[in-house]
Amino acid sequence: MNARSLTLFSATIALGVFVLTRGLASQAPPSPLTLTLLARDGRHPMAIAVVNDQEFVALEDLAAAFQLAVREEAGAITITYKGKTIVVTPDQALASVSGRLVSLPAAPVHAGRRWLVPVEFISRALAPIYDTRLDLRKASHLLIVGDLRVPRLTARYEAIGNNARLTIDAVPRATNTVQQDGERLTIKFDADALDASSTLVPPQAAPAIVQAVRVVEPSTVTVDLGPRFAAFRASTQPADTAMRLVIDFVSTQTTTEAPAAPGTPGAPAPAPAAPELPPAFAQPTSAIRTVAIDAGHGGADDGVKGSGGAKEKDLVLAVARQLKGAIEGRLGIRVLLTRDDDRAVGLDDRTALANNNKADLFISLHTDASTRPSAAGAIIFSAGFPRDAEQQAKASLAPEPLPTFGGGLRDIELVPWDLAQFRHLDQSSAFAAIVEQQLRDKIPLAPRPIDQAPLRILESANMPAVLVEMGFLSNADQEKALAGAAFQNAFVQAILESVIKFRDHLGTATSR
Amino acid sequence: MTPRRAATTAAFTAVVAFLAWLLFVGLPRWYGAPATRPAAAAAPSAPAAPGRKITAHLFYVADDGMRLVRADRDVPFGEGTVQQAKEIINAQIAPVTPPLVSAIPAGTTLRALFITAKGDAYVDLSREIMTGHTGGTVDELLTVYTIVNALTANLPAVSGVQLLVDGKEVETLAGHVDLRRPLAGNLSRVQ
Repeated sequence: MNARSLTLFSATIALGVFVLTRGLASQAPPSPLTLTLLARDGRHPMAIAVVNDQEFVALEDLAAAFQLAVREEAGAITITYKGKTIVVTPDQALASVSGRLVSLPAAPVHAGRRWLVPVEFISRALAPIYDTRLDLRKASHLLIVGDLRVPRLTARYEAIGNNARLTIDAVPRATNTVQQDGERLTIKFDADALDASSTLVPPQAAPAIVQAVRVVEPSTVTVDLGPRFAAFRASTQPADTAMRLVIDFVSTQTTTEAPAAPGTPGAPAPAPAAPELPPAFAQPTSAIRTVAIDAGHGGADDGVKGSGGAKEKDLVLAVARQLKGAIEGRLGIRVLLTRDDDRAVGLDDRTALANNNKADLFISLHTDASTRPSAAGAIIFSAGFPRDAEQQAKASLAPEPLPTFGGGLRDIELVPWDLAQFRHLDQSSAFAAIVEQQLRDKIPLAPRPIDQAPLRILESANMPAVLVEMGFLSNADQEKALAGAAFQNAFVQAILESVIKFRDHLGTATSR
Repeated sequence: MTPRRAATTAAFTAVVAFLAWLLFVGLPRWYGAPATRPAAAAAPSAPAAPGRKITAHLFYVADDGMRLVRADRDVPFGEGTVQQAKEIINAQIAPVTPPLVSAIPAGTTLRALFITAKGDAYVDLSREIMTGHTGGTVDELLTVYTIVNALTANLPAVSGVQLLVDGKEVETLAGHVDLRRPLAGNLSRVQ
């Protein structure tokens, strides 16, 4: 057992002793609140006393839980842990922690023969000298002891027409799996526990698609499905510091009342988010199930800046969001955004999101610039590889026999990350041609609207992929147009129709 | 000595004297101002002749801003491939006057250049090539292929070019074109 394990073991034993002795401590001030200590061995409640709207815990409870020695002398209270000391005085909202002064929200309070200290004493005074991590989450009255993964969950449930959407953010990021088990969905988070109220979404009025969303210990959330539930679709992607799970629920009314073929070419231009349009979820044979849309640049990287002040990072994000709404709403195809807000995302992280979620199509959105102010028009790029890279890719595509767990060998294709696009070049070119066709009458195109180039973002995409330069921000007229709703709607409509055409193209190619 | 023999000896002596004068006096004078004498550069190990020029293909942004145009310009002669490559790049990144427009951001300078035995040239440019860039994909392609083509179109010994910035490898100049490997020349981007 190493020193770290020994420390954790000691902390656990101490918490056990605390739980046993807690029953004997009958003089705690009565309070409905408790601080939950969450450790490897489970949860332990610690009473919270409220004095002048400030939450306190008893020093003797802390001493029992964390092996602290408490001594009161000369008007001061000295708390010792493994040779390190904290000194507090009854009339001061301060603590001396190993000789360093830290502030507390209130001075210690004497209650009967017990000393109470503000809850923040744990994070500000005790945590710096304690040799196991103490993470106080005051809002949820949780104290995490040790390196446990306890993401904080926040949930939002919204009705979208007849359908509904549940969004759950987990901070820090935690992956999850979603499974349907009869009339219940089970969401299992890769975590030791969850920081969330037991009812994530309050019970919904009947007849509902979702009746309630509850947290089940230690790290599971259950969704009780209602009588209107017909189907669901889940997607997970990073959003800021959170991992965002979005579950779209389809109502039985939608599926029976939606005879129109979704995504028919020539349909009217979609609104930025088209929730009222019936999604076609029941398309198991569709060759496109997931589309990754990449809004270029972001964060400190503005991309191109127009003379009128338009920034590439903002324009492409706005269009990416509209495109997501249109494709999901019209086609029922899952859409992943490589970024959903103004933040920096590495080039490899963008393709990793698409590759790891097995996206069937990757569309990177950009706006262009030229030293010639007259340059204008959209260009659709597919990847082009340098000669050496092509040879390397061809060599790597040969299957390599590798041993399997059950014995024997299996042919595995090992594709270098940077050359993943190589095998999709034909389909990427085909998609680029379709996009050019759909854009042609809707927005201005460059004199040579289709191009191939060694573009970094496309090379690692393990699916058909294009980069679309929507127009030139260095051209004053184009800058105005690109920022306008008419241009953006036309562009979104053209890409939507391109996805439909490409899906048909893949279906035809498969059936041959 | 007969008069005939004496005349022959005198003629032989005169020829030898003339050849000696030519070798030690005439030719050095002749080469005293070697500005445009191409023969001076014939020997590879001879020092660079000051003022000597070669004609090189340089590349600038076409009127439509989408492609490059070729312009033939006199560039100082450089001794050996590396020195000549430096002269070409220095000429290529030098400021230009209208109607020419350069795809190389103003202020960019050449820090170093070396060529591997395989024929890959590594061109180390100052950071202005990134910080002064417009940021567009098309412009980035033109910037990159201006440098790549300037070397591959003029120096048969160079088959690929990799750009470095401030002495380091970079993934891209402005977020688009992959610069992690040497790139071959691409004249399809030239009108």
